[in-house]
Amino acid sequence: MSTTTSRVGAVIIKELAEFRRNRLILITAAVLPVIFLVSPTASILSLKATVLTTVLQNRVNAALFFPLLIPVFIPATMAAYSVAGEREQGTLEPVLTTPVSTVEFVAGKAAAIFAPAVGIAYLIFGVFIAIVQFGAASAVATAVLNAPQLPAELVFIPLLAAWAIWVGMGISARTAEIRVAQQLSVLASLPPVALAALLSFHVINPTFMVAAALAGGLFVIDGVACFLVARLFNREWLVTGGKAAATS
Amino acid sequence: MTATIEVSHLTKKFGGRTAVDDVSFTVARGEIFGFLGPNGAGKTTTVRMLGTLVAPTSGSAVVAGVPLDRAGAAEIRRRVSVMPEAPGLYRRLTVRENLEFFARLYGLPDRDSRIRQALESVGLSDRAQDPTGSLSKGLRQRTALARSLLTDPEVLFLDEPTSGLDPAATVEVLNLIAGMRDKGTTVLLTTHRLDEAERLCDRVAIMNTSLRAVGKPSELRAQLFSRSLSIITAAPLKDPARVFTGVADVREWRDVTSGGPAGYLLTVSDPALAAPAVTRALVAAAADVLFIGESRHTLEDVYLQLAGGEAGEKPADAKKELSR
Repeated sequence: MSTTTSRVGAVIIKELAEFRRNRLILITAAVLPVIFLVSPTASILSLKATVLTTVLQNRVNAALFFPLLIPVFIPATMAAYSVAGEREQGTLEPVLTTPVSTVEFVAGKAAAIFAPAVGIAYLIFGVFIAIVQFGAASAVATAVLNAPQLPAELVFIPLLAAWAIWVGMGISARTAEIRVAQQLSVLASLPPVALAALLSFHVINPTFMVAAALAGGLFVIDGVACFLVARLFNREWLVTGGKAAATS
Repeated sequence: MTATIEVSHLTKKFGGRTAVDDVSFTVARGEIFGFLGPNGAGKTTTVRMLGTLVAPTSGSAVVAGVPLDRAGAAEIRRRVSVMPEAPGLYRRLTVRENLEFFARLYGLPDRDSRIRQALESVGLSDRAQDPTGSLSKGLRQRTALARSLLTDPEVLFLDEPTSGLDPAATVEVLNLIAGMRDKGTTVLLTTHRLDEAERLCDRVAIMNTSLRAVGKPSELRAQLFSRSLSIITAAPLKDPARVFTGVADVREWRDVTSGGPAGYLLTVSDPALAAPAVTRALVAAAADVLFIGESRHTLEDVYLQLAGGEAGEKPADAKKELSR
């Protein structure tokens, strides 16, 4: 294993261990998906086979949109904690005096958030689809499975998660308080969700080309955001808070 | 002796404020070097520069044989260890998990044995599975020290290592640091606690943005303060001028009595030579001598003199000298 892989792995292992023992993160990662699963599932299961097409369409659109919030809210909360949490515990300075590079540090933190957030989102989507297939009226289940936005949304999950992570880490790097960082991160993660909502609710016609263009755009934005966040992780800035070191 | 740290005209400015101004010093291999100064003196900033966390505005340094620049930063980080004032431990992780994380970041080959040795050296083997958030401040500080020892660093930077510790925990930590010298580790220690600097450090630097003095505590004392004899008698001498003026080697004398027994402070060139003559003069004057001995200025006196305070001139200070 290369040194870089080993260090990134060390950061991932440490981050996951911390998340597992952080009640706020655990609650966010457990409760939100359940809410975003129960609400749309109940909405779809309550539909009868004879439901009006427009009602069915609206319910399916809403039901498929809710799980898209999972890869936004969970990573935003976790990413906001990533640096502000280190700063609050005073762990940033000892870590930054080790040979770990800022790229390794950022990559490890991002991977530790990305994998569980995307995993949970796909799991919730899968559970939702499975329940609908087995529990909903046949016509309703078919409408959900054949919804044109479904494939696009599956592609958007990792892209939205990546956006939320970079934005959250960027804000976390510049914010002293965890709660402030979390609130700002969730807010800053919303614009791409709004775009996904326009697609989900057919305000923008969810054709393959449109979805591909939006996904491509989000992919490029994620790449730029990754680059910018890596640059924000300047050792001196992180340690001194970007201002004169008051306590010297 | 080979220098492990060589600092030359190091300066750091944050905007318009100068935190460290034109600081130069060297630290020899295996030396415990104390950095003293008031709050805001630039001690932590200096340590952060040498630990590659903060870039100097100007000047240069060599740390553990590696030039302090962008190219050398990663290599310096591999060779040194920094223990900041706050222990900086992951409170939700156990002692062992904290050390394991840092061992991985350093890419240590034999992690388990290194961690075991580090824990043994600070006496924390039986607390390895405890979350650090549940430890006392003293134990957290020891955990941080164990983390610093993991890599067997060439240079160990300790920023206020006993800050906030109770006396027992302080003694434990100081003993551990003293043990570093025996292993040949170079230690740069910043502290407010002059007693521990005096006890631990081979040399000290006193700084207040710029460097005011560097040297052994005894040398600094000798440079700043003339040598003197303290005398305490049961009752005031009838004619002290006659008693002291006639004694060879006594350059000047002062009455420093402030209630209770009488006190006199004599400036001499060599206390060992002057003391017998002064004793004879006191006996001849029928004085009841309670104490006679060299008046020792502490590092605190040196610090106050150099870092901006006033030392040794107030009656209260004179009394303090006599009571030593």
